[in-house]
Amino acid sequence: MAEILAPGKQQDGVGGGGGGFHEGDFGGYGSGPPPGTSRRIYRTGMWLGLLAISMVFLAFTSAYIVRSGLSDDWLPIELPRLLWGNALLLFLSSLTIERTRKALNGGRRAECNHWLAVTTALGVAFLVGQLLVWRQLASHGVYVTTNPSSSFFYLLTATHGLHLLGGVMALLYIVWQAWHYQLGPAKRTLVEVTAIYWHFMDGLWIYILLLLSLWR
Amino acid sequence: MAHAAGAHAVHEAPTGFIRKYIFSLDHKVIGIQYYLLALVAVWVGMILSLYMRLRLAWPTEEFPLVGGVMTPEAYLSLVTMHGTIMVFFVLTTAPQSGFGNYILPIQIGAADMAFPFLNALSFWVTFLSFAVMLAAFFVSGGAPISGWTGYPPLSAVGEVAGPGLGLGQTLWVVSLAIFCGGALLGALNFIATTLDLRAKGMYLMRMPLTVWAWFITAILGLLAFGVLLAAGVLLLMDRVAGTSFFIPGGLVISEQIISHKGGSPLLWQHLFWFFGHPEVYIAILPGMGVVSQILSTFARKPIFGYRAMVYAIMGIGGLGFLVWGHHMFISGMSPYSAIAFSVLTLSIGVPSAIKTFNWLGTLIGGRIRFTTPMLYALGFVSLFVTGGLSGLFLGQPSLDLYLHDTYFVLAHFHMVMGVAAIFGIFAGTYFWFPKMFGRMMNEPLGKLHFWITFIGVYAIFMPMHYIGIAGHPRRYAETSGVEYLGSLQPVHDFISIVAIVTIAAQFIFLFNFFWSLYHGEKASVNPWECTTLEWTVPSPPPHDNFGGHSPVVYHGAYEYNVPGASQDYIMQTSPEKVTH
Amino acid sequence: MAVVLALAITVITLVSMYLFTVKTWWMPPYISEYGQAYDQHFMLTLVICGIIFFLAQLGLAYAIFRYRDRGQKVHYSHGNNTLEAIWTSATAVLFIGLVLWGSHIWARAHLQEAPAGAVQVEAWGQQFTWYFRYPGPDGRLGNTKPELMKESIGNPLGLDPDDPASRDDVVMPVIAIPVNRPVEVILRSKDVIHNFAVRELRLKQDLVPGLENRIHFTASQIGRYEVPCMELCGLGHYQMRTFLEVMSEADFENWLRENAPETQ
Repeated sequence: MAEILAPGKQQDGVGGGGGGFHEGDFGGYGSGPPPGTSRRIYRTGMWLGLLAISMVFLAFTSAYIVRSGLSDDWLPIELPRLLWGNALLLFLSSLTIERTRKALNGGRRAECNHWLAVTTALGVAFLVGQLLVWRQLASHGVYVTTNPSSSFFYLLTATHGLHLLGGVMALLYIVWQAWHYQLGPAKRTLVEVTAIYWHFMDGLWIYILLLLSLWR
Repeated sequence: MAHAAGAHAVHEAPTGFIRKYIFSLDHKVIGIQYYLLALVAVWVGMILSLYMRLRLAWPTEEFPLVGGVMTPEAYLSLVTMHGTIMVFFVLTTAPQSGFGNYILPIQIGAADMAFPFLNALSFWVTFLSFAVMLAAFFVSGGAPISGWTGYPPLSAVGEVAGPGLGLGQTLWVVSLAIFCGGALLGALNFIATTLDLRAKGMYLMRMPLTVWAWFITAILGLLAFGVLLAAGVLLLMDRVAGTSFFIPGGLVISEQIISHKGGSPLLWQHLFWFFGHPEVYIAILPGMGVVSQILSTFARKPIFGYRAMVYAIMGIGGLGFLVWGHHMFISGMSPYSAIAFSVLTLSIGVPSAIKTFNWLGTLIGGRIRFTTPMLYALGFVSLFVTGGLSGLFLGQPSLDLYLHDTYFVLAHFHMVMGVAAIFGIFAGTYFWFPKMFGRMMNEPLGKLHFWITFIGVYAIFMPMHYIGIAGHPRRYAETSGVEYLGSLQPVHDFISIVAIVTIAAQFIFLFNFFWSLYHGEKASVNPWECTTLEWTVPSPPPHDNFGGHSPVVYHGAYEYNVPGASQDYIMQTSPEKVTH
Repeated sequence: MAVVLALAITVITLVSMYLFTVKTWWMPPYISEYGQAYDQHFMLTLVICGIIFFLAQLGLAYAIFRYRDRGQKVHYSHGNNTLEAIWTSATAVLFIGLVLWGSHIWARAHLQEAPAGAVQVEAWGQQFTWYFRYPGPDGRLGNTKPELMKESIGNPLGLDPDDPASRDDVVMPVIAIPVNRPVEVILRSKDVIHNFAVRELRLKQDLVPGLENRIHFTASQIGRYEVPCMELCGLGHYQMRTFLEVMSEADFENWLRENAPETQ
């Protein structure tokens, strides 16, 4: 750890003289500390948050692998094809949130708002799609307790869905800010960390799909 | 310099009572809130242990508040809640979230934590978790009886397996899951703050060892609590949704067939201990940091082997994730993996020994001032050695074949992660109280408290080694059920009497704490003549810590008695030259 | 203060060590093949820990006494890398050497299979009693079914009457074994986790529902030994106890015959 951190210690040490900032400070651009500090904190915080989320899913994965190899009652679940369609939606939303970010960086407000709306819509569509998948499974008599594989299916999709819902909330907040013409350059950090989170949720979904379809 | 402007960005000092003391975003207020939460929790946990000791010594007596003679299941719910409350709401909460929150930002020269809102949120989430945990006492069936480790199937199948395993156990799981959320937010905040908000010149290798300990502890927390959260969710699903993650098939409890099938009880143990072992270090590492700080300060001598201490903290933290299997030697997991786990486990003895040697090295050649915090720090070293050494027995699967789940284990972890960590908390309290509350604690009372507690804990926990070697199992409500335990009963009586005295002595601390809040001698900026940044600001510090300016750091944390210096310590912020 | 603290630490250290040496509370004499090696390794670990304990605590007491504030000059030092390297490698060698040195006991108990021809006993734990099952004359343990597990009708282990191998199985609340013959115990649980531990055997193993853990040993002393449950299993945990009865070969055969089920 120290070996990794130590080379950067010069710049680490010099920076960050300011202090803490909370959400309200985003509006006060210019009166605050070097904007870099706040941006860096938020990026660090987001990466750490993603690390924590990864540990949760890592634990679920190990439980999944152990449980599937353990007993003779494991019947692999038939994955509804709609899941792949949902994955496509999420993948597209990753592209559009990148467009949002680029547009904001370039100061193209209308374009930014446009892509922002598309991303949010895609996110909501994904969640609706996931609900449809659940309904499909339920209509085939596959519930949480039907089989350990279905328990894990619902567990993983629900946990991912909850996290994505958090992302959608963040997007709605940004939309609301944009609606009120408050989405200035100072909001870049907010959009940026949301984009990081969003991409991560995208990758996480692909990971879950691969786990469910390859380790049966 | 850009830094000077920085402080203005910090949230304004709030004025109303609620914003100032209840829903405050100030890391100092939140630190005190965490500390007070732990103080309440430690009294609850201690009273529970008192009742356990009463039951063990006088199994047929009636005691107040429990409605007649204590039942065996009442004893087990005391065991469970004592363990859970102490581990989560005291040992995790006070040294890390309490002191860490208050001191860490000031020691690195920041005006607050990186995310003040998340900080407040994490406290209130923890508070909620505590409330849910306590609620388990008051629901039908009472508190759970499955121990703080909550092994399924006992913890998973519900009330059919015993009282307290219904709603009480569900609340227990829910409370832990909530706690994980709060702990993760806190850990994230600590890491981001340490990485990004250090003052100019506060290089990583100049950070006080307290900061290193909190930092590494936060990393452990970030990686470990997510796993406990996941395990808790799975257990909750087994309990309420009817899944079978941990419950195997074919269970027959009280002639009732349990409908679950195919799950693995050992899976819980793996997940739980993957969290549970790092948790032990989450409890003790901050104490190690505090003790390093205090030993150096009162020996008036630089800490011996600063870098080795930093690497030892990292080593303990890193290895802590690789040894969880030593809790499961006799569970039926692969006997080959036991060998690997044991080698890794004994390897943790190495960084632990490094720390002990360096503490001794710090004392030797010093000029020791015996203040109350110093007494507690020295007590910590003694207890840490004692508790650590019994780990050499338990870490070996060969010896665990006999010692597992005996009082020897109880003695081991109480000495090292219980009492030693508590001594770290006491040391920190006596040391930072002047900074936190602006007044000194009473020294004679503090010393009296130390003497009774120090001798008391040895008299309580040393004998547990002996009855452990004699084969006394843990978590036994009384000794009547097994013939060979009868001869060990006098030891229980002895332990219980000492425990009553030691617990009574904690009122001295409580009195000292609250009396000193109002009547203690006013504390100067730097009453202990210590070098770190918190001692450069008023006691207590103003809302933004450094009054609008940002400190600049020129030295490592422990420059005492530098040859040729103007006084026997050089503040980290002093531009005075040090020639090594 | 310094003198008192140094004295207190010294006294605590010496009293603690003394109480380890008088063995007022100690393991009972061993009766299994692991016992001698176990006790030797236990003593070795105890001696090593004792030496470290003595040196560390008295070193602490000495430092407290010798370097108390008498206005002396402080030796300014940030440490010594050579010393760090020495004690790091010394403790590493000592600790890892110790665990490897003792691992043969574990290997013998758990990496080796039970010898062929070992007496097989199946141990069952349930809240809060024990049952032990012997294969009977046919040498085979028959089927059991959870739905048949009813103590009230005298079939606590759910022996399947349709399985001929089950009919001659002997079910007892205590475990009897012949002296000086290898025994393999198969550990199973009906409900929650229990633990089979006999101090004199220097062995301990969980009974985990859904698993069949195995231990093997040879008892060398005829006698009656207590078997307390050592894994928290519920409110009656403290009284879940049975006995291991080590008998002569002839007594054991008799015992099995006497307790055989009546219906043949």
